[in-house]
Amino acid sequence: MSDVADRVKKIVIEHLGVDEEKVVESANFIEDLGADSLDTVELVMAFEEEFGCEIPDDAAENISTIKNAIDFIETQQG
Amino acid sequence: MFSLAEKTVLLTGASGGIGGAIARAVRERGAHVGLSGTRVKALQAVASDIGAGAYVLPADLSTPDGVNQLVAAATDALGGIDILINNAGLTRDSLAIRLKDEDWQTVIDVNLTATFRLSRAVLRSMVKARWGRIINISSIVGITGNAGQTNYAASKAGIIGMSKALAQEVANRSVTVNCVAPGFITTAMTEALSTSQTQKLLTNIPTGRLGTVHDISAACIYLASEEAAYVTGHTLHVNGGMAMI
Repeated sequence: MSDVADRVKKIVIEHLGVDEEKVVESANFIEDLGADSLDTVELVMAFEEEFGCEIPDDAAENISTIKNAIDFIETQQG
Repeated sequence: MFSLAEKTVLLTGASGGIGGAIARAVRERGAHVGLSGTRVKALQAVASDIGAGAYVLPADLSTPDGVNQLVAAATDALGGIDILINNAGLTRDSLAIRLKDEDWQTVIDVNLTATFRLSRAVLRSMVKARWGRIINISSIVGITGNAGQTNYAASKAGIIGMSKALAQEVANRSVTVNCVAPGFITTAMTEALSTSQTQKLLTNIPTGRLGTVHDISAACIYLASEEAAYVTGHTLHVNGGMAMI
């Protein structure tokens, strides 16, 4: 597993207070992990801070799963 | 009831009549308080009067940088901000027909935009902490209007609408957002009125007196308290019955 994936999962676990085994790459923040709209905004802000990147609103709208987040950040860093 | 022990408060407009009273009241209830304003000497006077637990945090709220610097300084001094009281405000009165763009903008910038920016800046830590209070000082004229105050009335009405929207966004994080809308309060501003002006005013106030700064600080204490946890998006009118809304 990539370093980005580890860090993304760690943020999600910490922020949403969910069990580690639930935080799989296909997990949807809202449907699978119980996040609400404010949680998703907070997660995006936490990703921005952790990875020092900016995630524009239109990109953030498409980040609904752990994998979406990892892919977006890896593309930015690529 | 209504203890603020162990809480931290950031208060803007702390050097004015109402601000000074709020500062003293929250400190008396046990909170540590950051006093913000533009007049450093006046802030220092309030702080030295209060004694320990009060911190002077001068700020220029008319710019985004000024707002961010204030939040950083307050977080530093207080260790966090549990309660934000947006009390800073100014007037640039003129009949609309002669009101300058500049005077419109200044009032909107300081009264409304800075209130939003400060609220936004403290929200993240409140949401994370799952506890917070934002109390915005509006005004009766935000509801009733007042000739000569199109800019001020718009800014104060804007604060109420903004507070209701914000309250809905963060309610399930135990962060409440409320307004206090004072009527006519005895301060340096109203003391300048003539006796006949005051008499005329009083005929419209069922309680038969102007409000005191303590009437306003008491409302703030309530909304800041644990006991007011189920009150959000509300505007508490403190006006002696002058407008019953």
